[in-house]
Amino acid sequence: MMDDTDRQLINALQGGFPLCDRPFQDVARRLDIDENDVITRVQRLVDDGVLSRFGPLYDVTAFGGAVTLAAIAVPEDRFEDVTDTVNAYPEVAHNYARDHRLNMWFVVSAEDPTRIAEVLADIAMKTGLKVLDMPKTEEYFLDLRLRA
Amino acid sequence: MTMILDDTDRRIVTATQSGLPIGAQPYAAVAKSLDLTPDDVMRRMRRMQDSGVIRRIGAVPNHYRLGYRANGMSVWDVPDALASDIGRQVGALEFVTHCYQRPRHLPDWPFNLFAMVHAHTREEVEAHVDEIAALMGDACRGHDILFSTKILKKTGLRIAG
Repeated sequence: MMDDTDRQLINALQGGFPLCDRPFQDVARRLDIDENDVITRVQRLVDDGVLSRFGPLYDVTAFGGAVTLAAIAVPEDRFEDVTDTVNAYPEVAHNYARDHRLNMWFVVSAEDPTRIAEVLADIAMKTGLKVLDMPKTEEYFLDLRLRA
Repeated sequence: MTMILDDTDRRIVTATQSGLPIGAQPYAAVAKSLDLTPDDVMRRMRRMQDSGVIRRIGAVPNHYRLGYRANGMSVWDVPDALASDIGRQVGALEFVTHCYQRPRHLPDWPFNLFAMVHAHTREEVEAHVDEIAALMGDACRGHDILFSTKILKKTGLRIAG
């Protein structure tokens, strides 16, 4: 179970983690908690799956790569097969089922931008389904923070 | 702006992309595992942060575990000429976690603005989407909400070592 200190930590750590020799000490001072307590709590939150990641978030587009969002209208009776086909690509980072005619939405990212079109064409060929390519053309703010 | 990563940068990326070691000196631990000095690791990571290769360093909570069980992708058809202005306003709303402009695919897909809304319940997502619709007023020619029903895969970026 999470207590108030855990929530305070999650909120603080979503905002950023210092890049210095003793970053947990910095966080501990800011929140007036003991450094070892912070370390123990973060380890527990990661082990329990409350935090799905702890560390740097890399952006492939900043070192020459590309990302897109793709969608497919998958017939219900083929949903599992198509999921397996799509998920088999290491370039597919996330895949979500959604309640719409276009019921499969996945993110494709690759260091080599030409791979994106190859992967989408390959999926279209293997499944015989139309794959809609929706790369972002503008991004307006990105704050993934959620209040714990 | 694109940064070229050298081999050492790439080793740091592959060593940390699934997470930092959790201990008193995490960057020194990364350095030790790669046979580098802590200063070199921190200097290189700072450069990657400055150039946007590292978006941020921190914690990514599991939405569901924090009680945010409803994930609605709200999608909007707005005139292209207004999309940037509207996108900035929508992206600034507290309950919108990402907001993007994307190409339409007529006739399959008329929507050009995407705003992701996370909330505790579907009703709460719908109330937020109503707020977005009110903000857009007549500029909105149509919208929809696509709720996620299942996470089929979630691995995040993986680059080869």
